[in-house]
Amino acid sequence: MSNRSVSQIVDREYLELRGKLLELAASFDRVDRASGASDPRLNLIRQGLGLLTDDKPEKALRLQQLFSREYSVNWRSELGV
Amino acid sequence: MYYIDPHIHMVSRTTDDYETLARMGCVAMSEPAFWAGFDRGSVDGFRDYFRQLTEVEPRRAAQFGIQHFTWLCINAKEAENVELSREVIAMIPEFIKCQNVLGIGEIGLNKNTRNEATVFLEHLELAARLDQLILIHTPHLEDKFQGSRMILDMLQGDSRLKPERVLVDHVEEHTIRHVLDAGFWAGMTLYPITKCTPARAADMIEIYGTERLCVNSAGDWGPSKPTAVPDLIIELRRRDHGESAIRKIVYENPIKFFKQSSNFKFRAPTDE
Repeated sequence: MSNRSVSQIVDREYLELRGKLLELAASFDRVDRASGASDPRLNLIRQGLGLLTDDKPEKALRLQQLFSREYSVNWRSELGV
Repeated sequence: MYYIDPHIHMVSRTTDDYETLARMGCVAMSEPAFWAGFDRGSVDGFRDYFRQLTEVEPRRAAQFGIQHFTWLCINAKEAENVELSREVIAMIPEFIKCQNVLGIGEIGLNKNTRNEATVFLEHLELAARLDQLILIHTPHLEDKFQGSRMILDMLQGDSRLKPERVLVDHVEEHTIRHVLDAGFWAGMTLYPITKCTPARAADMIEIYGTERLCVNSAGDWGPSKPTAVPDLIIELRRRDHGESAIRKIVYENPIKFFKQSSNFKFRAPTDE
């Protein structure tokens, strides 16, 4: 657990967070202006965005899991190793 | 603050970078064998590379008062060529007694394939037979979680390998707990986009503590930053972490892990 208060963290990171949000918004604007069919990878990106605004902890860990291939305990037999 | 970079690919860096690292407080480094950006065609290509790691880079580092250590292997990308991999593994004992060699590394997985796993297991066999420390490369991006779990499964499947003698590198938020809970050392690589930023590394230090945790720059031929470890030092200071805790991460922990190798004859800086 961090010893810093919420205000201390926001004081330091507010402009940085605002800037990151603007970069995301601009990226989605570019996608909106682009031609052609949608790309399935955008679904993952949208799921990730949803995860950022839920009320659960460990957002970075869960975002990593969202973008990860699953592990199978039977990987040796599946690969023939 | 003096620091040690436990994972940096100096064959990809200029001599000016050595000077900059020395100015930033780097007193020692270890350089794992890795992919050169292209697949090498023969075992002799690796023999020349191992000479570079054991003869040339230590001299280049010493010009700036930096001690250079290294690790030997064929990396996971080139491990798809099993025949070449076996030739390289058979050659490693020629170099293992060189003064700056700490062990076998960076071995691991890249795309988590059958061939990569086969060559990884043969490296583990060599390390166990020669009683060497092991430095692990974990895959990037969507392959990291799956590959890291496969690597841990293979490590834990060999009772000759002691977890405290293995450093698993490139951990991130979704893999660090698995590595530390199994008793291995964990390394966080500060690297743009595909690995970890100084801020996220500082977050993981706050969550998991400082035991068996190291931090490195990778500093390779990609868009990396060889001075990334000092960036983490600054980030931790901005968060009011004490100097002793920072020193443990960037200096004492690498020494504690490396000194398990008889080749780690580290000369600590003194006031005399």
